[in-house]
Amino acid sequence: MNPPRVQLSHLDNLWFQVTGTLCNLACTHCFNGSGPGVRTFDFLSPADVRRELGHAARLGVREIFFTGGEPFLHPALLEMLADSLRVAPVTVLTNATLLPERIAVRLAEIERASSYSLEIRVSLDSPNETANDAIRGAGVFSRVLASIERLCRHGLLPLVTVVRNWPLEDEPEILASFTRLLSDRAGYHRPRLKFLPALPLGRELVRIGALHDEPFVTEEMLGGFDSDLLMCSNSRVVTDRGVWVCPLLVEMPDARLGSHLADAAPSYALRHRACYTCYEFGVFCSNVSPAIEGATPPAAPGEP
Amino acid sequence: MRRLAIFGGIYSNHLALAAALADVARRNVDAIYCLGDLGAFGPAPDRVFPLLRDSGVVTIQGNYDNSLALGLPDCQCGYTDPRDNSFARLSYDYTFRRTSPKNKAWLATLPASLHLEIEDLRVALFHGSPRKMNEFLWESACSDAFLEYLLDFARADVLCVTHTGIKWHRALPSGRHVVNVGALGRPENDGGTNVWYALLTFANRFLSVEFIPVVYDYHALAAEMQGEHLPDEFIETILTGWWTTCLEILPHKERARGRF
Ligand SMILES: [Fe+2]
Repeated sequence: MNPPRVQLSHLDNLWFQVTGTLCNLACTHCFNGSGPGVRTFDFLSPADVRRELGHAARLGVREIFFTGGEPFLHPALLEMLADSLRVAPVTVLTNATLLPERIAVRLAEIERASSYSLEIRVSLDSPNETANDAIRGAGVFSRVLASIERLCRHGLLPLVTVVRNWPLEDEPEILASFTRLLSDRAGYHRPRLKFLPALPLGRELVRIGALHDEPFVTEEMLGGFDSDLLMCSNSRVVTDRGVWVCPLLVEMPDARLGSHLADAAPSYALRHRACYTCYEFGVFCSNVSPAIEGATPPAAPGEP
Repeated sequence: MRRLAIFGGIYSNHLALAAALADVARRNVDAIYCLGDLGAFGPAPDRVFPLLRDSGVVTIQGNYDNSLALGLPDCQCGYTDPRDNSFARLSYDYTFRRTSPKNKAWLATLPASLHLEIEDLRVALFHGSPRKMNEFLWESACSDAFLEYLLDFARADVLCVTHTGIKWHRALPSGRHVVNVGALGRPENDGGTNVWYALLTFANRFLSVEFIPVVYDYHALAAEMQGEHLPDEFIETILTGWWTTCLEILPHKERARGRF
């Protein structure tokens, strides 16, 4: 059976895996196995980023994401954020343990200097210090809250993202706990909170002891499905080792599409179980509107 | 010279719509367009329909109109926050119940887009974006490069949209334009109680865009909403000009400008 192919319909989201897989933490649920000393992927240079930004702008890129690893381990991150914000809105995904006063001040300056939004996405796992640090490491909880306080004091409203690890009926209580916590300990009185599904991938797969029994995506499943909800139709990831089809598949050699955006293959066959995860959970990392039922499909794209 | 008045996001605010139409009538306008979302949020949804028809407003379909016309279970606003979704549900259920079958049938006849040719410029009207009726085009979340792509996609020199509720205009490096006309239905999260529409003036292939503030009797609207038992949070927005719900979808800059 041939796996179905998905075309890049438009480059909405350009990801820079700016610090490769190098992270100062080793969270138990990390989907791409990042951690201290993990150099599966290495750093991008500001020149790499500028070159790909130029090409992405010609492709009509909508939004730029910085991830890793931990982006703030890169000594030139702020320069790369500023360069990117000249092209498009930017989101940086961080564990917020490396955001001292000096960095918070610069981030706020960079944000104000752009007409585009700069989103700082901060990961937390629990409103309870012990539970959080069991996943993310000792002392992380209080460092993150101190960072959020600094960002807020300088006028930034970080987006706090939490991977859902509680039963649905506990959600209102968890939400209330986070709201209280951010207000009391970080002075964040109108918190932006986003709960994400736990993805059965990477270390999370090992952690939950899951069997590899998720199905593969088939041509039939894509019939009537809005493939804009799949990252491969709207995203690309730039790493130091080339361009990958999506952030979930950077471990997979066959998901490398080329060395640069300019020569990257325009389509990809969904041959991994992680593709089913994406199919099932949707684009968890960017805000794509769901399809309109019954609405007239838009006209065919014009030639640029 | 040709002049168009364009608005969207009426959200059942018939008082603001009437005030806007009275303002338009004083401005020597060639045509009036509504970019959809007639219902939601406000009271007595049937009241906006005769106002639009009597003034000859050419209307396209928004996601709310699409939902009502097809009898869908929700407004397709695409919120992910549970609190936002529960407010969206309240207002959708109310609007669905109170929109007449005749008006729902009329919504079903509306086109999803319009393509005009004005003074040699190709003007495209959509509700959300040319590629999706419910795609949000926020000012701070749309790169120039992306907007150029959308103009290519729509084969247009000027693209007009609504759906977000906050107005903006950008003249792009290519010389083309994107205009989000804002919303007539509720104030735009800046602490002012007025709402907005857009006036587009075309002369010799040159476009100028002006946003017109609409002052209306918002106390009367709040009283009507109270009478209909609509949520206090919605009424607060009408009375204060600050958004109290559905904030999760706002990008950083738009969110930081508001109070909540
Ligand atoms: Fe809408």
